[in-house]
Amino acid sequence: MAYYAKHICNNNMAYDKFNILTSTAVPLPIENVDTDQIIPARFLKATERKGFGDNLFRDWRYNSDDSPKEDFVLNNPTYSGKILVGGKNFGSGSSREHAAWAVYDYGFRCVVSSFFADIFKNNCLNIGVLPVQVSAPFLEKIFAAIEADPKTELEINLPEQTITLSTTGESESFDINDYKKQNMLNGFDDIDYLLNIQENIREFAKDTPL
Amino acid sequence: MKKTLFDKVWDSHVVHKIENGPDVLFIDRHMVHEVTSPVAFLGIKNRDIPVMYPERTFATADHNTPTINQHLPVKDPLSANQLKALEENSKAYGISYWGLGHEKNGIVHVVGPEYGITQPGATIVCGDSHTSTHGAFGAIAFGIGTSEVEMVLATQCIMQQKAKSMRINVNGKLNKGVTPKDVALYIISQLTTSGATGYFVEYAGDVFTNMSMEGRMTVCNLSIEMGARGGMIAPDEKTFEYITGREFTPVGADWDKAMEYWKTLKTDEGAEFDKEVTFDASAIEPMITYGTNPGMGIGICNGIPSAEAVEGGVSTYKKSLQYMDFNEGDNMIGKPIDFVFLGSCTNGRIEDFRAFASIIKGRKKADNVTAWLVPGSHKVEAAIKEEGILDVLHEAGFELREPGCSACLAMNDDKVPAGKYAVSTSNRNFEGRQGPGSRTLLASPLVAAAAAVTGKVTDPRELMQELV
Ligand code: SF4
Repeated sequence: MAYYAKHICNNNMAYDKFNILTSTAVPLPIENVDTDQIIPARFLKATERKGFGDNLFRDWRYNSDDSPKEDFVLNNPTYSGKILVGGKNFGSGSSREHAAWAVYDYGFRCVVSSFFADIFKNNCLNIGVLPVQVSAPFLEKIFAAIEADPKTELEINLPEQTITLSTTGESESFDINDYKKQNMLNGFDDIDYLLNIQENIREFAKDTPL
Repeated sequence: MKKTLFDKVWDSHVVHKIENGPDVLFIDRHMVHEVTSPVAFLGIKNRDIPVMYPERTFATADHNTPTINQHLPVKDPLSANQLKALEENSKAYGISYWGLGHEKNGIVHVVGPEYGITQPGATIVCGDSHTSTHGAFGAIAFGIGTSEVEMVLATQCIMQQKAKSMRINVNGKLNKGVTPKDVALYIISQLTTSGATGYFVEYAGDVFTNMSMEGRMTVCNLSIEMGARGGMIAPDEKTFEYITGREFTPVGADWDKAMEYWKTLKTDEGAEFDKEVTFDASAIEPMITYGTNPGMGIGICNGIPSAEAVEGGVSTYKKSLQYMDFNEGDNMIGKPIDFVFLGSCTNGRIEDFRAFASIIKGRKKADNVTAWLVPGSHKVEAAIKEEGILDVLHEAGFELREPGCSACLAMNDDKVPAGKYAVSTSNRNFEGRQGPGSRTLLASPLVAAAAAVTGKVTDPRELMQELV
């Protein structure tokens, strides 16, 4: 596909390539985690994409005097890793891409859940965070495994589209469309693709009144 | 092949299809605001590319603007900087800009329809999830992320897979005191906040046919709160009448041509939806939410359900009630409240102010209540004054603020303090949405008005009088 060549000569990699990720994971077994929790509105005042990780889960992570809340998982040194595992319907609410930026900037490359809200999922794919949707029973197994042993690793294999629990070897496959998969594998985003078909777009626009 | 309304509009905007991938979708109209656009503008600047069709993008400042003293410089330096960035970017790229103080300024989803930017059969996007509002006109309208804002600026297209289709029918006659907001909150309470995820919704049935354009906007606005990509209603005479004569509405031969297209915008008889649900209008009561997502709503006279009686995890449910400091089984009626917010793109239009005024007329604001009444736009503000509603508000002890998103997302100073309860006509009751630690009860303008004059959750039907 020609457009990939264009990406490379532009040296316009939008984010790091994603291939196989093996890492411990941070569990957040709460349902309906909305993007207002992921990053509250008062931290959306920047005009550059910088430093959003500091305010990831701000109000769950810090008290009003900015001291850390001991019982929140990101403040618990037992848990770490590049994978965030969340409860059902993760990322609902506001379309703010800042939520995906905060997740990425904090150091997560993958979010696992049994169900994602649409816009959040799209935003993640556009910036290089892989959303991995698993079955509800498999999500339970992941939470249980991490609870039993926080050093449990997950292997996210994008080429094979599988997620595997290192402790038991249990595995599930996940969906991603071919186009987005190629983008993630190569660190590309959509804009170069669109720029390459600009002529088609111009043709199309001619017949489309304002 | 028989097509749904959604199919018709979507398919006619596909520039290019990628096998096993997304469609390249042409966007007719794009709205931007100060919060989700700066990084997108920075992106095209870094790539050194122009805005492809600046005349198709419209900028307004709303999310992060003060609602008092708008004529003075914005105090918070970060907010001022963001507003300046929007102004400079709009100027640099030749985009129409309705900034703070501009007579056409207001909430993006309120001003779009007011000036005829919103039209049937169009594709409309904005970096804000309540873009679904514009679906009330039979447009495909939905919220996008900042990467997509950049795509639209650069190429007037986005890349997305077509959503599945769902039709929600509500038939029958609405009960007294039941507004479009209640209809929407009821549907969300039945479907849950993820019940329509992956779908694009069409609302059908006589309840929506009989609804005003303002009411339809309220319903479509809340589509996202059940997880839907967006919601739409087939355009009809009411729609055409509403858009007639607005600034960006076509005229003359262009109008005739547009009408030809618009008249085709309805779901074909026998077209199939991936999912279809039907509700009975008579089952709907004035609604209020008791928890921390918009699906946690009940008829105002009901008690809070027990954890076992609701779908979803028990611990998440209990955490939510704990945040609200409510107990399972509590009655909502009589709960004391501290704040009332009338406004937002959900309920910040003239009809909402009329409804609010109809209850408070001849009464007084309760002493324990702080009320923020924020019109959705300057046009709404002007109508409030013209119709004499402002006098009614003043007589009852209320003030009117200047337009903006305000306490809907509390980015500016309009923040509900920690632990306080707000009856709010906005769209989200998430933890801290209206300020860190704030507790939100979503409801209609009638319920908000009843709370504002009694200082507690009150059934508005008890206070209803002749409309002003
Ligand atoms: S009023 Fe609220 S929901 Fe509407 S555009 Fe503003 S912030 Fe978004």
